[in-house]
Amino acid sequence: MNRFLLPLGAFLLLAVVLAIGIKHSPEKGVIASPLVGRLAPQFSLPALSDPARQVRSADLKGHWYLFNVWGTWCAECRAEHPVLLKVQRAGIVPLIGLDWKDDAAQARQWLAQLGNPYATVAVDASGRAAIEWGVYGAPETFLVNPQGIVVYKHVGALTDDTWAREILPRVSAAAAGS
Amino acid sequence: MRARLPPLAWLVLAALLRSGGALAVDPTELPDPRLQARYVALTHELRCMQCQNESLADSPVDLAADLRREVREQLLAGKSDDAVRAWMAARYGDFILFRPRYSWRNAWLWGAPAVLLLMGAVVSWRVVRQRTTLLAGDDQPVEEDLPG
Repeated sequence: MNRFLLPLGAFLLLAVVLAIGIKHSPEKGVIASPLVGRLAPQFSLPALSDPARQVRSADLKGHWYLFNVWGTWCAECRAEHPVLLKVQRAGIVPLIGLDWKDDAAQARQWLAQLGNPYATVAVDASGRAAIEWGVYGAPETFLVNPQGIVVYKHVGALTDDTWAREILPRVSAAAAGS
Repeated sequence: MRARLPPLAWLVLAALLRSGGALAVDPTELPDPRLQARYVALTHELRCMQCQNESLADSPVDLAADLRREVREQLLAGKSDDAVRAWMAARYGDFILFRPRYSWRNAWLWGAPAVLLLMGAVVSWRVVRQRTTLLAGDDQPVEEDLPG
């Protein structure tokens, strides 16, 4: 009897451990950001529209914003672009772009062609700002609250579904609470 | 007496020495050899977040090059290895560390091998003891079990 109970018990224990592991693992390939719940990184970068002007994180404090990391070299960013335009038209949260390791002229052309959903776009030519935000692939989108705290991060193309289920409820819950 | 290598061995040795340079993605050389050694060790134990199963040292992607630049600059600025690791983990999470940190959250990870070893030892000890008692209890000569 014991001969069968012991391996069976070991198997059940392993099955439970693995089931918990699978249940708690995040979406495939998505890595939890340590930034969520913490202050967004400080930055001061040249604006895409006018390199003489600086986009400063300090100027963004006091209201909600979506920080969207993109580049013209990124195919997924093209796929997500219509969703960004919809977000802009909704007029609830402004989009702040980070043009990551990109050719500025091409980026300006991209916005002229596809439409510009961004309130402002900062240029990260060296890639240092993206590292500060823990970005490992474009597109990535961060939702930042008026206190400057990152409350949500989305990896990959933003979809209508993510907007409706993850971003909008967070912003409107805060608006209702205040 | 001098040991002589056969020609084929020389060929293999030469190929091994050359391939080290040819395979390297990262040509960085720091001025101080001790700093260089730390740089090499660190870039091998930090994960390339884009490819995920390669280290920073082995990855040819842009982001890995940017992160190697950070390691290089921070080492040159006099930061400790632990400070560089903590800096990386603060931005990319513990996932970037190929060598997990000692923490209560990771206790099961570090403890599991010891626990498994202990379980194996207990099981094998029991099996051995069972067999020895079986042997001791079997007082019949082996020959008598055989037919004929």
